[in-house]
Amino acid sequence: MSALLIAEHDNKEVKPFTFNAITAASQIDQDLHVLVIGHSCESVAKSISEVPNVKKVIHVDDATYENYLPENFTSVVIKNSENYSHIVCSANTFGKNLMPRVAALLDTSQVSDIIKVISADTFLRPIYAGNAFATVKSTDVKKCITIRPTSFDPAPTSGGSAEIVKAEKEEASTFAKFIKREEVKSDRPELGTARVVISGGRGMGSGDNFKLITAIADKLNAAIGASRAAVDAGYITNDHQVGQTGKVVVPDLYIAVGISGAIQHLAGMKESKIIVAINKDGEAPIFSVADYGLEADLFEALPQFLEELNKLNTIQK
Amino acid sequence: MKILVAVKRVIDYNVQVRVKEDGTGVVTDNVKMSTNPPDDNAIEEAVKIKEAGKAKEVVAVTIGEDKAQETVRKALAVGADKGIHVKVDGIIEPLAVSKILQKIVENEKPDLVFMGKQAIDDDCNQTGQMLAALLNWPQATFASKIEVKDKSLEVTREVDEGLETIETNIPSIVTCDLRLNEPRYASLPNIMKAKKKPLEQINASDLGIDTKPRIEQIKVEEPPKRKAGIKVASVAELVQKLKNEAKVI
Repeated sequence: MSALLIAEHDNKEVKPFTFNAITAASQIDQDLHVLVIGHSCESVAKSISEVPNVKKVIHVDDATYENYLPENFTSVVIKNSENYSHIVCSANTFGKNLMPRVAALLDTSQVSDIIKVISADTFLRPIYAGNAFATVKSTDVKKCITIRPTSFDPAPTSGGSAEIVKAEKEEASTFAKFIKREEVKSDRPELGTARVVISGGRGMGSGDNFKLITAIADKLNAAIGASRAAVDAGYITNDHQVGQTGKVVVPDLYIAVGISGAIQHLAGMKESKIIVAINKDGEAPIFSVADYGLEADLFEALPQFLEELNKLNTIQK
Repeated sequence: MKILVAVKRVIDYNVQVRVKEDGTGVVTDNVKMSTNPPDDNAIEEAVKIKEAGKAKEVVAVTIGEDKAQETVRKALAVGADKGIHVKVDGIIEPLAVSKILQKIVENEKPDLVFMGKQAIDDDCNQTGQMLAALLNWPQATFASKIEVKDKSLEVTREVDEGLETIETNIPSIVTCDLRLNEPRYASLPNIMKAKKKPLEQINASDLGIDTKPRIEQIKVEEPPKRKAGIKVASVAELVQKLKNEAKVI
């Protein structure tokens, strides 16, 4: 049997986490096929066909699929699922929304958010906000799996030439309608894939004060993150939230500023390679996961941090 | 209009979870339990819609052992009209939960079903979407704003890129995000009153659903521990360490 991965894209480009999911899916089964559902998305199908791990691309193209609605995607996935032992996609808001709908119709108990492939039926996944790791074995004949993208390296994007086959569209549902998507456009690296992330918490005190973080992010070419408290307080938009119910990030360097370190925040960043905590409360739980802790008032420390960075001859980008 | 809200009893979000030494799970004895946080948002939203005159009845349902009734009582104390407890012991996976909820929906005939987007114990994030599939209803997941219209909902969803707005016809499933609203606390008089509200008990086995887990839990272990870090005395020292020791800038 083979594995079928559902690609995430914006009809022009493949979303980066699809490449991480490809790595995981090809560890499950080397005969990996990728389903590209969208509208006028030939360029996406072509990019995927160039990934060496991919053996075949199934391309379903219709105006129905221009805006991703799980109701419409599900029928296409089900229709094309017959010959596969595993249906796979990323455990981000795309895959979380789609995969359970597919799994229920296949009468499969989904395995969510895996961080390691142990064998074709056994996986490692975090539970309780990453405070425990569970090794689980799926006994379903057809398995539905979502993958934590940051736990797998992205697959190489060139060198392959998989065949692209067209498949038919399915009947569109009429009970759900896309209205709009408000994306925050930014020239910064994406939070999920950035090498450096600097995050602010409630200690920032206001949205305006995030400019102290922005200045350092500019210097380090970093993405900007936030704790749930900072998002709830309206300092910054939800797409910046790091944590159990936000994004999981694994950068080389994570700088937590004015973040106390609730369990739910740690769940989203504690696998980072190097963690820096800047907080005036020396007892804050964030220090328990920090490689380098600085007990200081952030309003003094951040301008000094920028000044020290300015003194360096070179900074890695 | 009638709204069904599904609530789950989980280890309280403030508790530092510990893994059992024998690797069979996490310690739950003498541990504080609460309603799954986004399920509180789901109840709150249903009650607010009722208070705005757009719904007539809010029914809270939970599935689990006897103690799970506490979560239904809490929902009744903040404004739900009726409770349902589906009794089942042991691990129950989202697929089985959604099959049970499907039966409850067939009996209760709600127009909307709300629940939290994810339970903070197993972190599966599946049940709402699965129930929507089984019922062949539209789904509005990760909702941070819900507007009830005549025959549809306009829902703002929190997605990785920012916000997305969709319209779903009623009946519909909505899974709620933490920013949807600010759940109220139950007042003591309302907690007392809630004890008089109806709470129906059903045995899962009477619903004719196979709840046997399909996923074997082989072991549960502690995640790898991070090496203890150091405190630095100054910003200059921090930058020097990041540059020369950690080599990350």
